[in-house]
Amino acid sequence: MKKSSFMQKILNAPYMLWSVLFIVAPLIMVIYYAFTDATGAFTLDNISQIGDYTSTFILSISYGAVATVICLIIAYPFAYFLAQTKASFQRVATMLVMLPMWMSFLIRTYSWITILGESGVINSFLGIFGIEPLKMLNTAGAVILGMVYNFLPYMILPLYTVLSKMDNSLVEAAQDLGCNKFYCLRKIIFPLSVPGIASGVTMVFVPSVSTFYITQKLGGGQITLIGDVIEGQFQTAYNYNLGAALSLVLMVMILICLGVLNYFTDSDDDGGVLI
Amino acid sequence: MKKFFSLITALVIVLSVGLLPVYAEEDGIFSQETIEYYENLGLQGTVLNVYNWGEYIDDEEVDVISQFERLTGCDVNYTTFESNENMYSKLSGGGVSYDIIIPSDYMVERLMAEGMLLPLDYNNIPNYNKYFDGEKYGHLVENGISDYAVIYNVGTTILIYNKNYVKEEPTSWSVLWDEQYKGKVLMFNNPRDTFAIAQFILGQSINTTDPADWDAAAELLFEQRQKVKPEYVMDEVFVKMESGEYALATYYAGDYELMVENNPDLGFALPKEGVNTFYDAMCIPSASQNKKGAEAFINFMMEPEIALANAEYIYYATPNKAVLENDEYSLADSEAVYPENLTNAQEFHNLPIDTLQYMNTLWMKVKGENDTQGLYFGFFSVIILVVIIIIINIIKKTKMKKYYNV
Amino acid sequence: MTKTSPLSKFYLALVFVFLYAPMIVTMVFSFNGTESTYIFDGFSLQWYEKLFRDKATMDALKNTIILAVVSATIATVLGTMAAVGINLMRNKYVKSSVMTVTNIPMMNPEIVTGISMMLLFVFAGVMFNKKDVLGFWTILIAHVTFQLPYVILSVLPKLRQTDNRIFEAAQDLGCHPVKAFFKVVFPAILPGIIAGAIMAFTLSLDDFIISYFTNGPDFQTLPIHIFSMTKKRVKPDMYALSTLIFAAMFVLLILMNMAQSRSDKKQRRKQKEGNE
Repeated sequence: MKKSSFMQKILNAPYMLWSVLFIVAPLIMVIYYAFTDATGAFTLDNISQIGDYTSTFILSISYGAVATVICLIIAYPFAYFLAQTKASFQRVATMLVMLPMWMSFLIRTYSWITILGESGVINSFLGIFGIEPLKMLNTAGAVILGMVYNFLPYMILPLYTVLSKMDNSLVEAAQDLGCNKFYCLRKIIFPLSVPGIASGVTMVFVPSVSTFYITQKLGGGQITLIGDVIEGQFQTAYNYNLGAALSLVLMVMILICLGVLNYFTDSDDDGGVLI
Repeated sequence: MKKFFSLITALVIVLSVGLLPVYAEEDGIFSQETIEYYENLGLQGTVLNVYNWGEYIDDEEVDVISQFERLTGCDVNYTTFESNENMYSKLSGGGVSYDIIIPSDYMVERLMAEGMLLPLDYNNIPNYNKYFDGEKYGHLVENGISDYAVIYNVGTTILIYNKNYVKEEPTSWSVLWDEQYKGKVLMFNNPRDTFAIAQFILGQSINTTDPADWDAAAELLFEQRQKVKPEYVMDEVFVKMESGEYALATYYAGDYELMVENNPDLGFALPKEGVNTFYDAMCIPSASQNKKGAEAFINFMMEPEIALANAEYIYYATPNKAVLENDEYSLADSEAVYPENLTNAQEFHNLPIDTLQYMNTLWMKVKGENDTQGLYFGFFSVIILVVIIIIINIIKKTKMKKYYNV
Repeated sequence: MTKTSPLSKFYLALVFVFLYAPMIVTMVFSFNGTESTYIFDGFSLQWYEKLFRDKATMDALKNTIILAVVSATIATVLGTMAAVGINLMRNKYVKSSVMTVTNIPMMNPEIVTGISMMLLFVFAGVMFNKKDVLGFWTILIAHVTFQLPYVILSVLPKLRQTDNRIFEAAQDLGCHPVKAFFKVVFPAILPGIIAGAIMAFTLSLDDFIISYFTNGPDFQTLPIHIFSMTKKRVKPDMYALSTLIFAAMFVLLILMNMAQSRSDKKQRRKQKEGNE
C-alpha cells in the first residue's frame, strides 16, 4: 500500500505541476485581466460592459446548439450503422473519418466557398436541371454547415466507440423477449450510448460556440458571433481587459450548458469516451 | 497498431526531408559588386526575424528570402501576419523579438509614438538615396517618419465594379448605398477602411477623433447594412469579384489588376469624395537583436532586381525609381496602380486608443446587428423547457425514493 | 448482427461524401491553370512546382509536423503517467478535483485557452525580463496542455478495465513494480495510449486558434501561415499542399490496412493449426 502511494506521487507530480502552471495559472490571468483596467487597478467596468453583447452571446449559443444537434442527428445513425459493419471496414472507416482533420481546418473551410457559391459546384449542378441558383453562402445555414462539417468527426468518434463496444447480447435478449426494433433502440441502445453522446456534444458544442474563422469565411462577415467579438478585442481594439472579461463570461456560460448536459446524462464517472 | 505508429514516423521523416525543396540557384541576377557588398557585411551565421504580410514578397520568380540568405549567409526566419493590429498585438505583448516588420502608415506612427522602433542608419542603406522616389512619395514620410521607416509599397483604396451590373462608371462612393445592388456589394472586413468610406461621403477627415463624427459614420454604415446587405470580406473579394457574381467592391488598387486578369468585365473608379492613400514600410522594432542585418535587408529589398520582382509579384505601386524606369516592368502604365492627378487623397494617421476602441465598439454594432427578436423568444423558451424537465425529473426521483423506501 | 442493409450502406456513403466533398474540390483546384480557387480554367501542375520552391510554406509545414510529433509524444508520456497515477489515487476529493482540472482545457473554448496562455507567457516574459518568450517552447507547451486531457481520458477507461490484482500478483511473485507495470499493465492499456496519441497528433495538426495566440517569430505553423494570406489571397499552391498531405495519409492508410489484414490472416491460420 505504501509503495503504491509513493509511486502514485511520483507519477502524478509532473502532471500536477504542469496543470497548476499551464491550466490553472492561465485561468487566473484571465480572471485578473477581467477585473482590472489598463493600468492594473481593480474595476468592474469590463463586466458591466458585457451587457452590450447579450444578443451576441445568445446568438452564439443558439448557433452552437443547432450545430451540435445536427451533428448528433447525422452522427448517431452513422456510428450505429458503422458499428454493424465488418471489423476490417470499421478500422478503415474510423481512420477515414479522422483523415480530413489532418488537412488544414482553414483550407477545408475555404473550399466550401467554392462549393456553395452562386456559380459554385452545387449551383452549377442544379443549373443542369434548369434550377435557379440558390443563395447559400453568407447565410446562417452556411455558418452552421461550416460548424457541422468541421466538428462532425468529434461527434462520430465517441459515438462509434460506445456503440461498437456495446454488448450485443443485451439487444438480442430484448428482441427474444419480443421487443420491437424501435423500442429496443430507445430503451437499450440509446441509454447505453449516453456517455458517448455526452462527450460528443461537449467536443462539438464548445468549439462551435467560440469559432471565429468559419463566420468570417462562410458568413461573409454578416454574422458576428462571440468568437469574432473576443478576437476583435484582442486584435483590433487592444482591449485585453474587456476581451478577458468576455472570455470569462463565455467560459462560465459554456460550463453552465455542460452542467445541464451532465445533469441529463448523469455520467458520474470521471472519463468520457473519446475514441 | 504498432505498425501504424512506425509508419507514421516514417511518413513524417519522408515529409519533412523529402519535401524540402531543392532550390533552383538563380545566379547571375546580381552584379559581382553587389554580391561582394553583401558578402562583406559580416552577417554570416546571424539570425534575422522578418515579419511581413502574407503573400507580400516574391517567392516565385525570384525567391527573395533565399537570395538574401545566399548572399549574406544570414539565416532568415520569415513569418507572416494578416493585419496591422494582429502584428501590433504580437509586438506589444512583448513576447517576441523581430528584426524587420512591415506595418502600414498609421501603425508606423503608432509604433514610433510608443518608442517601439529604432532609428535607421542610412549609411547602411545606400540604395535609399539611389532609388527612392522622394519627389513623388517623400510627402508620405514627412515629420520624421523617414528616420524610422522605408516605404516598401504604396497603394490606394479604390472602387471596383462589374460592368455587367454597373453600366456607367460610378463617380461616388454612394453607389455602394444603391438598393439596386442589394446583396451584390462587398466591403472591407476591417473597421478602419470601411469607416473611411463612410467618412469620405460625409466629408469628414478620416482621422477624426470626434465621437459624434464616428457616430454619424456608423449610422451611415448601418443604413447601408439595412439597404444593400453588403458582405464584409477580405481576400474572398478576389474569388467573389472574379466569379462575376458581385457588382461592387472596395479593395486595394493593385489587387484590382490581379482580378481583372481573371475577369475582364471589371472596372475601377476613384470616387470624387476622395480615396485613401496608404503605404507599407519596412521598420526595425526596438527589440531587434540584429539591427545591422535588418538594415542590410532593407537595402537588399531596394536592389533594382529584387524591387522589380516584388513589384511584379505584389502588384502595388513601388517607390523605387529603378523599377519605374525599367522597360520590363509590366504595371508601369496601370492607371489603377499609378493613378494620375489624385487631388483629394487622404492618409491614415495614428488615432488615440479611446477613438480606436470606440470605433471597434461601433464596428461590432454595425456588423453584429442580427435579427434577434425571434431568437430571444426561441432561446428563452428552450431554457424554460429545460428547467421544467429538470423539475419534473427531480419530483419523479423523490417520489421513486419514497416508493422504494416505504 | 453483422448484416448491413443497403440503406445503411447508402447512408454511410452519403456522410462520407459530405466529409470528403471539400477534399475533392481542393484536389481539383490544385491543378487549376489560373490563380483562382473558384473558377477552374485549364489543367496545370504549376502550383505543385511553385509549392516546392516556396520556402516559407515548406518551413511552416516542417514546423507543423515537428510540433505535432513532439507535442503528441510529450502529451502521451505525461498523460499516461498521470492516468496511471490518477487511477491509483485513493482520496476521492483529490481525485475529483484533479479530474476537474483535467477537463478544463477540453471544456474551455479554444480561444480562451489560447488567450489565457498568451497572457501567462507574456506575463512570465515580463517577470524574467526576457523579450522573446513566444516561440517554439510556448507553442509546444500550449499544444501539450490542450492534448493532455484527451490522452488521459482515453487511457483511464482502459486502466479501469485492467484488473489491479494481476499487477499485485506479479509484484508478489517478486517482480519489480516498474517491470511489473511494463509486463502486465502496459500491454493492456496500449490501445488506449495509441488512441490518445493519434488524437493528440490530430488535434495538434488541426489546431489554429491556440497556435495563433502563442506562436513566435521563429516558429510559424501552417495554419497561421495560411491565415496570414487573408489580405492577399489563398492561392492553389495551398490546395496542392493539402492534396499532397491527403494523398500521403491515404497511401499510409491503405498500407496500414494491408499490413493489418495480413497479420489477421496469419493469426487466423495459426489458430486453425492450433485447433487441428
